[in-house]
Amino acid sequence: MSAAHADRTGTTSSLPALVRRRLGPAQPWGSLVGIGVLALLLLVVAPGVLDDFRLNNLGKYCCWAIVAVGIGLAWGRGGMLLMGQGVYFALGAYAMAMHLTLESAGPDGVPVFMILYDPLAPLPGFWEPFRSGAFTLIAIVVAPLLVAGVLGAAIFKRRVKGAYFAILSQALAVALAYLIGGTIKLTGGDTGLSDFKSFFGYDLADPVNRRMIYTIAAGVLIGCLLLVWQLYRSRFGELLVATRDAEERVRFLGYDPANIKLVAYVIAAVMASIAGALFVPIAGIISPKEIGAAASILLIAGVALGGRASLFGPALGALLLGYGRSTLSERYENGWIYVLALMFIVVTLLLPEGLTSLPRRAARLVTSRRSAA
Amino acid sequence: MESLIAPLLNGTADGALLLIAALGLALTFGQMGVINMAHGEFLLAGAVCAYWTQQVVTNTDLSILLALPVAFVFAGLLGLLLEVTIIQWMYDRPLDTLLATVGVSLGLQQVFLQLYPSGVPVEKPGLLDGQLDVLGYAWPLRQIFTIVLAGICLAGLGALLRYTTFGRRIRATVQNRALAETLGIATRSVDRLTFFIGSGLAGLGGVAASLIGGTNSQLGTRYIILAFLVVVAGGLGQLRGTVIAAWAVGVVTAYFADWTTGSLASVMTFVLVVVFLQVKPQGLFTVRTRGLA
Repeated sequence: MSAAHADRTGTTSSLPALVRRRLGPAQPWGSLVGIGVLALLLLVVAPGVLDDFRLNNLGKYCCWAIVAVGIGLAWGRGGMLLMGQGVYFALGAYAMAMHLTLESAGPDGVPVFMILYDPLAPLPGFWEPFRSGAFTLIAIVVAPLLVAGVLGAAIFKRRVKGAYFAILSQALAVALAYLIGGTIKLTGGDTGLSDFKSFFGYDLADPVNRRMIYTIAAGVLIGCLLLVWQLYRSRFGELLVATRDAEERVRFLGYDPANIKLVAYVIAAVMASIAGALFVPIAGIISPKEIGAAASILLIAGVALGGRASLFGPALGALLLGYGRSTLSERYENGWIYVLALMFIVVTLLLPEGLTSLPRRAARLVTSRRSAA
Repeated sequence: MESLIAPLLNGTADGALLLIAALGLALTFGQMGVINMAHGEFLLAGAVCAYWTQQVVTNTDLSILLALPVAFVFAGLLGLLLEVTIIQWMYDRPLDTLLATVGVSLGLQQVFLQLYPSGVPVEKPGLLDGQLDVLGYAWPLRQIFTIVLAGICLAGLGALLRYTTFGRRIRATVQNRALAETLGIATRSVDRLTFFIGSGLAGLGGVAASLIGGTNSQLGTRYIILAFLVVVAGGLGQLRGTVIAAWAVGVVTAYFADWTTGSLASVMTFVLVVVFLQVKPQGLFTVRTRGLA
């Protein structure tokens, strides 16, 4: 807070500050170049360098990064700590998983796990529309739109915020995980849904098709970054930050903070849902483990690590964390949890602006040394 | 009759356990505004203390009584350690406290998992093995023990806050920190002691929890979110709302569980509390302030 204040007052007079302004990461077009570089890395370099297995893993991290971009928008810029994005991740993931399960079961088929419990079980009514691919795709976007819209409007209009909001959102994720775990005959329960054979007609066993799905996930991530980049430059982005920092003042200026927050919340929800939908064909399984309290917290971890309020922080943090999660947890399963735990503590304690603030901090250190000398 | 009364009594016991967990939170969250996600793991620490005392004192009846002070002090010291190392730097950043303590919670769970991969088997004391006949329902004495313990915790905490000098200092610090300081109250030591007591209460809850269900690394996770919801639904800054909310949540869940299954009952209770907070976002009872928030 104080550092940012000093920065703001210093920009008009001191030369180093002006230089920093030209070169610094706050430069909007510079960010666009950054997105371009990331697109090049994810869409061209990675598929050329990585083998199928690693590329598939990278696809998973991309899905988490998409969620992270949304969390960055709502939390970093909007001040709403979303501790239950698993809910929206689940909406998209289960919509997609239900469609893929039905696709694997064939026309008029019933999912295998249902037949296991009851050979004569009819398909539950809410599964039926997911036979249609078009319906599924629409549901992946519209379902989170509706749920987040109604829920968000109710919560923000009642001025629930801060820690209350965080706890409430996590409670919803926990409740949903319980619900899915408890309705094994309808949703597959704790085992989840898996064994998908094809993805909208493309055979999932074919590596070429898997690469295509990776490309979609990476492309969506880039798209989300572009969207958020545009939002941050817009008047909406300024209002969102203003709401985060001084909600009452925004209200006194004649805006309704609830609406501003709602928009950010809904965008984050839709991003999480799309990410969930892409996660399913890539990971090949979705279960309550991927959406509950622990999973939702992992989604935040990346955002906190990278830097919640920056454009690239959430996505890069999530990619890094995803990589750490799969490489470290393979080799040192116990150690990985300690690393994660320590990361939460150290980052929030010492580096609340995340890893992406390090270059800026270093630059600030250098310039302040110079101006002192 | 029995099917009607059983959920009521079981639910009351569950509510009592929830209340012990929530009382500590009511103190640290409600009074100090600190969100300690590791509070659930302090419950776990209490359960571990129950196990440790049983290793030393083999008489199960005696050991459970001894475990109570041990658990209180051990969990309290853990809380104190947490306050001194992490939380004291973050009093002005509540959401960051939440994140940092999530990390602590993950770490503590992992420590427990490595020490006791299959949980700690706490022997149930023989003295509490019996049942009390209530209108045809055999009410386990262990549940009554939990309720009595919750009552003692509540009375103790209430008396402490209301009648003692230390309680007055806590309330003064909460209401107006700057003014309290000018009156000569050492607010930092008040903070630490408040945190010690709040965390210690979780330790007591852990001992009670170890008597009721199995004790594994997920013990804390099971209670923490619900306990937070109870504190919020009860309203911050006072205890009676927390008591009513904890009891209501316990009983309602028990009745739901009677109709459906355990996991569906939890879902319904969660949804109910969330809907309730929609109607009364400030909780059951509010301490009126002139602030805008």
